[in-house]
Amino acid sequence: MTKKLSNQQNPISPDGKLTAKITKDNYKQYVFEKSPKSAHAKNMFWAFVIGGLICVIGQIFIEIYSLLGFSNADSSGLASATLVVITAILTGFGVFDQIGRFAGAGSTIPITGFANAVVAPALEFKAEGLIYGLGAKMFVVAGPVVVNGVFVSVIIALLTLLIGG
Amino acid sequence: MLDRYYLENRILNFDKSYIVEGYTIAGPKENDGRLHATFDMALKDDMFGQTTFERAERKMFEHCISGAISKANMQTRDIDYILGGDILNQNVSASYACRKFHCGYVGLYNACATYVESLIVASSLLQSGARTALCVSGSHFSTVERQYRYPLELGVLRSPMTQWTVTGVGATVLQSEKDDLPKVTRGMFGRVIDYGIMDINNMGAAMAPAACDTLVTYFERTNTKPSDYDLIVTGDLGKLGKDILIDLMSQKGYDVSDNYADCGAMLFFDDQKTYQGGSGPACSALGFNALFLSNIRQGNIKKMLLVGTGALMSSTVQFQGDSIAAVAHLVEISR
Repeated sequence: MTKKLSNQQNPISPDGKLTAKITKDNYKQYVFEKSPKSAHAKNMFWAFVIGGLICVIGQIFIEIYSLLGFSNADSSGLASATLVVITAILTGFGVFDQIGRFAGAGSTIPITGFANAVVAPALEFKAEGLIYGLGAKMFVVAGPVVVNGVFVSVIIALLTLLIGG
Repeated sequence: MLDRYYLENRILNFDKSYIVEGYTIAGPKENDGRLHATFDMALKDDMFGQTTFERAERKMFEHCISGAISKANMQTRDIDYILGGDILNQNVSASYACRKFHCGYVGLYNACATYVESLIVASSLLQSGARTALCVSGSHFSTVERQYRYPLELGVLRSPMTQWTVTGVGATVLQSEKDDLPKVTRGMFGRVIDYGIMDINNMGAAMAPAACDTLVTYFERTNTKPSDYDLIVTGDLGKLGKDILIDLMSQKGYDVSDNYADCGAMLFFDDQKTYQGGSGPACSALGFNALFLSNIRQGNIKKMLLVGTGALMSSTVQFQGDSIAAVAHLVEISR
């Protein structure tokens, strides 16, 4: 890993020896080399396993709902809703953040991450009241996702209209 | 880097600042750590019987202040001034806790350097006529997490550079009357240093240059060297910040690797998953009052330097793309 952060001389060699004077200019480079690196391989592995597991559970719910006689589209919607409810309950019991600390993007990217991002601040800011606390802060984490999601989908719809339509 | 005029500034010398007693309250996770059972009081539940974490933190401050006063065999009316702070917006925990105490209140804020700052200010007050002063500072993991980072239940992966905000409050009672007690003999306020670190998860790296600047300036001004002290302690640099400080000091020609400890790095065991260790104003307050003060009394430490390190950013300026400024203050404590 030799990401170059500045054109100054790197003050630290790969085996941790200081080779040059640390100055204000090369300090960021020095800190970058000195800092422990995220365990990418491990994080990706668990994100893949847990993320995959969540998707399998979602698929199981889709199959169950179709067996109960719902149409394909309805089953998918119901399965998503079920996952959201389960996440909300797990968040409330303080379990989901444990999973998230372990699974990372594996639990954030599926719809479970969105549910957690709404329920977590709602719980936290309940203490400030139902309107200025819960109401105002509920979408403090998920808000940007909603806004950007809507914005991008409008752009894509326009593009489809111009090119594809 | 050390400008001549800055080096020539004077150190504050104190001869009327005696440390009577220290009192600590720690959260459950802290009590499971390396300093287990050295605290005066440990919480089983970090809500402390309150409805919100903010109220719990306030109650910890109240308990800690009155605990320190009674442990020092005094009454509230014997305390002239209470000096202290926390890292919640507008210093609410310390200020609101002081509603219950009819003493002059000096609210201080220097993030995690607040404890050492309060020791220097209190010593100056004692020097200019106050009889007693009480220094208090603390933090609570759950209130800080909400103000600076994410909601508690949000499932996110923590960066390996992060530190864990310590839940706890530490208080120290000082008096000006001469007695056979440990004393604060010198104090020095550091200057604000910014080396351009942007990563809010890497506070140790942001604060280490400030600690280095203060220590080097102190050694130059007083013509001393690290080996003149039994122990040099920093507040909450964490494990990474501690290593960085050792590197920075060695480049300035000072070897601190033998007698240097960091309160944040020593609070937790590795398997408590705090990564780089503890942070927050509670770090130095807990470390000093729970561990070092008794060691000074027993004579294990004759002379020590306590350096409080504070990262001065707020979440607003951080989102606006400003780097993390830091400051470090220093006191010399001797038997």
